[in-house]
Amino acid sequence: MQVTSPHFKSNVTKALNDVNLQKAMGHVQGGFIQKRVAAANALPEFEALRDAARDIKNHTLAHIDLYLEAWERKVIAAGGHVHWAETAEDARNIVLDICRSLKAKTVTKGKTMIAEEIGLNEFLEEKGITPIETDLGEYIIQIRNEGPSHIIAPAVHVTMEQVVDDFRRVHTHLDPNRSMDDPVTLLSEARDVLREKFLAADVGITGANFLIAETGTSVIVTNEGNGDLTQTLPKAHIVLASIEKITPTLDDVAQILRVLARSATGQDMSVYTTFSTGPRRSDDPDGPGEYHVVVLDNGRSKMLGTEFQEMLRCIRCGACMNHCPVYHSVGGHAYGWVYPGPMGAVLTPSLVGVDKGGHLPNASTFCGRCESVCPMRIPLPKMMRHWREREFEQHLSPPIARWGLKLWAFAAKRPWLYHFGAGIKGPLLAWLGRKNGRFTTMPLAEGWTRHRDLPAPQGKTFQQQWKARKAA
Amino acid sequence: MSSRDAILSRIRRSLGANGIDIDRRATVSDRLQRPPKGLIPQRGQLEQSAKVDLFQTMAERAAASVTRLKDASEIPAAVSDYLRSKNLPQAIRRGSDPRLAELDWSSQPNLDVSIGRSAGGELAGLSHAFGGIAESGTLVLASGEENPTTLNFLPEYHLVVIDAEDVAGDMETIWARLRAAYGKGEMPRTVNMVTGPSRSGDIEQTIILGAHGPRSLHIMIVGA
Repeated sequence: MQVTSPHFKSNVTKALNDVNLQKAMGHVQGGFIQKRVAAANALPEFEALRDAARDIKNHTLAHIDLYLEAWERKVIAAGGHVHWAETAEDARNIVLDICRSLKAKTVTKGKTMIAEEIGLNEFLEEKGITPIETDLGEYIIQIRNEGPSHIIAPAVHVTMEQVVDDFRRVHTHLDPNRSMDDPVTLLSEARDVLREKFLAADVGITGANFLIAETGTSVIVTNEGNGDLTQTLPKAHIVLASIEKITPTLDDVAQILRVLARSATGQDMSVYTTFSTGPRRSDDPDGPGEYHVVVLDNGRSKMLGTEFQEMLRCIRCGACMNHCPVYHSVGGHAYGWVYPGPMGAVLTPSLVGVDKGGHLPNASTFCGRCESVCPMRIPLPKMMRHWREREFEQHLSPPIARWGLKLWAFAAKRPWLYHFGAGIKGPLLAWLGRKNGRFTTMPLAEGWTRHRDLPAPQGKTFQQQWKARKAA
Repeated sequence: MSSRDAILSRIRRSLGANGIDIDRRATVSDRLQRPPKGLIPQRGQLEQSAKVDLFQTMAERAAASVTRLKDASEIPAAVSDYLRSKNLPQAIRRGSDPRLAELDWSSQPNLDVSIGRSAGGELAGLSHAFGGIAESGTLVLASGEENPTTLNFLPEYHLVVIDAEDVAGDMETIWARLRAAYGKGEMPRTVNMVTGPSRSGDIEQTIILGAHGPRSLHIMIVGA
């Protein structure tokens, strides 16, 4: 997938002026947040389970090489195949080889972020193989020729009216005057169109929420059932998973599942949690004839042992973006790659480089809501701060920011100068803004005041007030 | 160097570990041999009849319908009644599960019972669950000739029989039973955990039932 993260600022301007996007983003703030808090409050052990889930992943990451080896042995013993991919290109070629070995013409796909990360659809199309997204949200964005804007609700940026237009445009075999005035009709239409594709597909590709070392099992968690049809009906099931999906045991998975769906959609369990181990067996009347897992590194092994290791605990629930004020305002596409929101702001620079993704960790108010809801207790703001430091160290931040910081540092290291400056600036701004208590325009800060007012200070500095209170 | 070895050696370099590290290997093999149970919520830790009640409550909350049958012999009539209540043809597809095969299906002369996987055209499928999880109202189904996986997903209506005694309080108990039934470290090809009928929230975050899987999930609890 094309990385447009370096153009984050212009992406944002576009997003803020996109009427449909702003309307659609309203649905994120309501639904997800209330549902999550209700599900979490209904389980007294929820906070303790977050600790347990964090500890399991920390243990796993410290032994990840050994758990991957143990998992691989079990997959092979169950008749499956493991393919190791160092890069996105390696992973694409592995998938293509499997498809070609089966003379595949169409490939159905369950929702997989790894496929987005490696740009699989475009690649398969170039090679003459038709990929068909089967998750409703993924299907909508595929026919719109867009990428996902959310990791679990890929079409969250699309309004219902837009879906109606897209279905009329693409489903030309249906009556053009049919009534399509509610989501139920739209879902039924997609169900009917995709049912035929499921039955005709040669290969099914899914992601994985977990790979289990104890049993050589891959796990998908879904609500629609599309992932299950994708992997059960074709000749081969290909699982795309990154290395950090490995989890030691079935019991460990049970612990993490208790926080996954609650954090994502506010369900106790998603509708379908499916554990797959190897291909069709001798007495099986159904199931895929071949079972392949492509296990992808693509930069993750280099995050181990660094200040970004904890990011590898992420289970892709989406809670961080559901609670992020920046994400609410600009949507997922503005982030310019596959992973948006706070988790994307940390992961994108790790995987595509801080030179390309450096804007993203700057797009944060450090309000801390992401960390407070993260089921795996990933310190997202701290890691964004690490990226800002790296960006500064590598001289990637813009000159004006660097000069500004240098000027500030010069004053901060000389308290008399700092007090002197603050002592002038505070009262001056307070006097200028005395009428409204706020500024609607401000020289050098138009970027801020174009979208919101700047509150005027009340006149005295923090230290002056501190002294006054101590004296009182 | 193969991609496999390149990835594993990069991981070891990042972790500052080496492949022959005896302590790390012992830790890993110990966890895989004796999986620690973790924190089990109190919610499902009840006596058996209360577990079954909780299972029903939670399944209904997930939009499944539930009926209780005193005895397995009531299943054929219950299947027929359910199909009638939904205005469906009297036809059902099931696997070869002996617990379903031994029932007196001839007691329902109008009910057409066929056996095998689903090819996609059936309106109603019948499965026997391996077990249930009270904590979340979740059915656990194991693949195989006895209960083909396609029956869980292709028919529009999925009917599932579960023995009341097979309802567990939590997922961890199901793992213990699967290990006992299939062997340690072994799994059926597919284990489906099913909590309610299929749904999607992908259009404006409004939850609608009946996405790609069954539109309706009907659970018959036997022996309670």
